[in-house]
Amino acid sequence: MALLEIEDLHASVEGHEILKGLNLTVNAGEVHSIMGPNGSGKSTLAAVLARRETYEVTRGRVLFDGKDLLEMKPEDAACEGVFLAFQYPVEIPGIGNAYFLRSAMNAIRKYRGLDELDAMDFLPLYKERLKLLEMDEKLMNRSVNEGFSGGEKKRNEILQMAVLQPKLAILDETDSGLDIDALRIVAQGVNAMRSPDRAFLVITHYQRLLDYITPDFVHVLVDGKIVRSGGPELALELEDKGYGTTEADVPQALPA
Amino acid sequence: MSTTTNNTGNENAMATATGKLSTYLEAYGELIAERQERDPVWLRQLREDAWQRFYAEGFPTTHDEDWRFTNLAALARTPFQRAVRGSVAVSAEEIEKFRVLGTGCRLVFVNGHFAPELSEVSSLPDTLEICSLERAIAQGMEGGALEGCAPEGIEQHLGRYADVDRDVFAALNSALWEDGAYLRIHRGAVVEQPIHLLYVSAGAGAAIMTHPRTLIVAEPTSHAAVIEDYVSIGDETAFSNAVTELVAGQDAVVSHFLVERENLAAFNVSTLRLELARGADVSSHSILLGGGLVRNNVHPVLAGEGAECLINGLFVGAGRQHLDNYMLVEHAQPQCSSRQFYNGILDDHARGVFHGRIVVHKDAQKTDAKQTNRNLLLSDNARIDTKPQLEIYADDVKCTHGATIGQIEEEQLFYLRSRGIEETSARNLLLYAFAAECLDRMPDSPAREFVAELIRERLTDLARNHQPAASAAPVEEQAQNWEEVG
Repeated sequence: MALLEIEDLHASVEGHEILKGLNLTVNAGEVHSIMGPNGSGKSTLAAVLARRETYEVTRGRVLFDGKDLLEMKPEDAACEGVFLAFQYPVEIPGIGNAYFLRSAMNAIRKYRGLDELDAMDFLPLYKERLKLLEMDEKLMNRSVNEGFSGGEKKRNEILQMAVLQPKLAILDETDSGLDIDALRIVAQGVNAMRSPDRAFLVITHYQRLLDYITPDFVHVLVDGKIVRSGGPELALELEDKGYGTTEADVPQALPA
Repeated sequence: MSTTTNNTGNENAMATATGKLSTYLEAYGELIAERQERDPVWLRQLREDAWQRFYAEGFPTTHDEDWRFTNLAALARTPFQRAVRGSVAVSAEEIEKFRVLGTGCRLVFVNGHFAPELSEVSSLPDTLEICSLERAIAQGMEGGALEGCAPEGIEQHLGRYADVDRDVFAALNSALWEDGAYLRIHRGAVVEQPIHLLYVSAGAGAAIMTHPRTLIVAEPTSHAAVIEDYVSIGDETAFSNAVTELVAGQDAVVSHFLVERENLAAFNVSTLRLELARGADVSSHSILLGGGLVRNNVHPVLAGEGAECLINGLFVGAGRQHLDNYMLVEHAQPQCSSRQFYNGILDDHARGVFHGRIVVHKDAQKTDAKQTNRNLLLSDNARIDTKPQLEIYADDVKCTHGATIGQIEEEQLFYLRSRGIEETSARNLLLYAFAAECLDRMPDSPAREFVAELIRERLTDLARNHQPAASAAPVEEQAQNWEEVG
């Protein structure tokens, strides 16, 4: 059974249809990259999978681990194992990073019938992951993302992923705005988590990230549909020629 | 949700309210007769002057600028009675749940009367005097002194700061007070543990009024923290009209906590008058969680060079609670700084008021005054009126003020939920984070722990009882910001 099965997915935001019949199957252990021009629906796909309520699904079906994902609330999807690394992580003044992440972890553990972790159990795990992401321990007690640089915010997303250990991690343009060092660190964090039980959906605009995280499959999303799929070589081709050449099914040329 | 719209309440009822002072007149007559022998002359004079003032003015209406957003009709038309001493028996068990861990001593007042059997004042340092104000004065009259409590200084301070001309509630209290706490912290003394003053309203079968009077004298270079705590036993209505005068001597460091956690039928008007000498550092923390109609006045006068004052507050209202925060910050001397930070959280039909007035007198050069009021409205029917007022008569000062009104941000809520935190908990976390800004401004102490726990409980209730808005439309932040430098 596939980990994620998306069939004929249509989704709208404020009455505008963004996804127009998207199909995608992702198996555990695979890394899929979704590429495409601005406005093609990449972030909408990520938001729908994370169950953001402002996006309305008008048609289609999404099964996650055999369960109907579209019936789930955001917190239930998270507890089932879906994780979204945000394109624009939100600042939450007044809630400490460590406290927040332990609350999240315990919410998930509770959902799965496991005992909650106290601070003493949690901290070593947290510190170890901080090291992996080359993050300063001082960030632990600072408020969630508050005053973080763009790179620190993105690393904090991957850190959360590394602690929460999802089955499906969706990276929404995690590479945008990152300098090369930060990009390397983020990629390292992701690669350390690749495993046969876990899948990644790497949404990106650029080939650059894929130099560090080699995908098994690359899909091109244009105007709410996947118009082409291939192996890692497809990303290189796109880098070379832009999205224009792959739009055989799409009459008008879209900006790269 | 506007910051300027006037209240359209029942003003006709208000206009006749001044005619309804008969119960107060009766109470005053009784009290004066009872105390003919007990009160010293100076005190009788204070009472009489204050009474005349109150009786001439009556209760303010919403035409009064200082009361524009708070309608007192319901208060004015309720015939409150004086509480007879000992008419309600309160047991130690009933009081136990109000205990504040880590406090050094506690004075308990039941319906305005000192309850020595419930109070705990043993093993105190001899640098701290704490007792019933009424008893201290009575002992002074008899030429003796209570153990550990000398009446000297009371006459010098009592009633010298509270402004009965400007504030009729202060006048009413000054006329009708029967008891309250007297505290004196000796020069240079450091009182480590907070002092707990517990004012209990306990149902007496009739609507009771009390006028607790507290005098705190912190001598030069002393350090102390005081918690003034208003609670109810039972759900009957009551009217507490408290006045506290806190005199901070040179370089004294004092924290004052006001905690309002009475029942939802309670009327509570409290006035904290702070007098700061040179270099004194005083912080006032007002935590309004309970009460039906609550007005908290904080009136610091920075009367010595280099004094610093923090006026910190949090108000959390739901149902039909009305929580009014009124501040008058007077800078009278140069080089003083004042900081006002108030956070409000309002749900259902609750209303909040933030009225922050800063007066910089002409000698108060190099004043640094700042005022910030931030509000979260959790329902379409909740309302906040926020009004800054600056009066500056000096020419070299820095004053800023700003206010914001917003809702819980959907982005933040989604972020928390996307990590597995269930919606009610996520909402609760965000509310607590907002309220915690107020806690962050308190020094680490048992008083802060106590207040933090009360806030946590209150917000858990709020998040649990929150009614989701009928429309699923995303909420947009409504913010109003202004900043002026004069």
